[in-house]
Amino acid sequence: MSVQPLADFADDSPDQEPAGRKVAARLSGASVKFGRFTALENISLEIGEGEFWTILGPSGCGKSTMLRLVSDLVPAAEGDVTILDKSTEAARLAREFAFVFQDATLLPWRSALKNVELPLEMGRKRGLQIPASDRSPQELLELVGLKGRENALPHELSGGMRQRVAIARALVCKPKLLLMDEPFGALDEMKRDLLNLQLREIWQETGVTILFVTHSISEAVFLGQKVLMLRANPGRVKDVVDIDLPAHREVALRETPEFNRYCGKLRQLLEEC
Amino acid sequence: MSLTQISSSVDDDAKPGLFEQARLRAGHIAIPLGTAVSLLLIWQIGVRLFEVPTYIAPAPTDVLAVFANDAALLLRNFWPTLIESLSGFVVGNLAAILIAVAFVHSRTVEKAFFPIAVFINTIPILAIAPILVLIFGAGMTAKVVIAALICFFPTLVNMVRGLQSVSPQTLELARILSASKSEIFWKIRLPSSLPFLFSALKIAATTCVIGAIVGEWIGADVGLGALIIDSTFNFRSPLLYATVFVSSGLSVLLFTAVSVAERLVVRW
Repeated sequence: MSVQPLADFADDSPDQEPAGRKVAARLSGASVKFGRFTALENISLEIGEGEFWTILGPSGCGKSTMLRLVSDLVPAAEGDVTILDKSTEAARLAREFAFVFQDATLLPWRSALKNVELPLEMGRKRGLQIPASDRSPQELLELVGLKGRENALPHELSGGMRQRVAIARALVCKPKLLLMDEPFGALDEMKRDLLNLQLREIWQETGVTILFVTHSISEAVFLGQKVLMLRANPGRVKDVVDIDLPAHREVALRETPEFNRYCGKLRQLLEEC
Repeated sequence: MSLTQISSSVDDDAKPGLFEQARLRAGHIAIPLGTAVSLLLIWQIGVRLFEVPTYIAPAPTDVLAVFANDAALLLRNFWPTLIESLSGFVVGNLAAILIAVAFVHSRTVEKAFFPIAVFINTIPILAIAPILVLIFGAGMTAKVVIAALICFFPTLVNMVRGLQSVSPQTLELARILSASKSEIFWKIRLPSSLPFLFSALKIAATTCVIGAIVGEWIGADVGLGALIIDSTFNFRSPLLYATVFVSSGLSVLLFTAVSVAERLVVRW
């Protein structure tokens, strides 16, 4: 199957709002083309507000392109993408979403705190109304566990710490939607586990909607409420798998049979791609 | 930054480390200094032993005597060269930076003017210096222009590279933040270019002195370049050697100033 019927998404998973939920992002028949190459074809999805989606798929299936499409970095060749019922451009100007790249993409001459403050400074010249989080940049650094390192320059921080600064920076304008493109892909497994736990906590505390691209099956299952499986050539929706695991997740969850059943199922889907 | 890190680590464990640090630092100075003194000694002994006439090769003590007796003469010729070098440094680098900004801003400007910049750079400075002296006269202006010209090209090339050194991902971040062109320039491109700019300024710090001295060779009655020509033709070799040392001292001074500025500005 290529497109999940929209009605299916209303199924309640344990930690999700019941009926009447708002839609954070809606893709209707969206395609992306680079010249003759079709990167994504006919993607239709509804991502409810406050949900945590992970995106899996073989390499070259357009996982990153999908985030770029939603974040107004690449245009849709066909179909339509809306964020909170606005066009992606309007949503970008209103700072409805934030992006976390695979690289932390910090400015090396700015301290951790100054990097977190960057989004508050940019766009002022255009007269944009820039929303600010209820938490100050200091509090956001504290939230990601970097209290005391406010004045450190990026090169004085480890890779994991830099990525946490990037997450704090993404939260500083209080986005409704957080787009994450393999943010922990370059970290070792211990750090990745730690950051996965932290990200779940941040998600539960802030209520932000998250779209998280990964190529690790276990990361996808551990983090997500729903796993979106894409298939390649052209990129299409292969399946959407609900992850029916407890809302409070610990590393030990990985040893449970349910967790491994989901991993097995996804691995099988991935092989079919 | 490495400097601040080192100094803070010195503060942290000052008691056991201080003596060791001082010894290490003394070694860094003592070894090259000792080598230089030994070479001077060999030079002194060689000149005296083989009775080389002073006008062919003066002994280090002869040169030292010039520093003691003719300090006023050296200083009187030092200031003009310093002013010309510094003015040329400022003018040449400022022009290079502004043109680099224009190049990065518009591909058309780059296409129009880059070949001309390359052409000017290929003309040997010794060939173009007389032309500039003819145009600007024997005053300071010609020397400033020559010094500026010699600084210009390396800074232009490095600055263009520096302004373009922003990663594509950083530019995507700026786009997601809906940053304006001027915000991207001031907050991202310009700071990114600083390490590149400073490597160019280090080159310029030494070449601008060369430019000023070459200008003074062609036509001047003051300045270190004029003094070099004058003492050569009058066989005042000790004075010539002393002037050469002062010239290289001027380059070292400017280079050090740029290095210190770099350490203060580029802390990442």
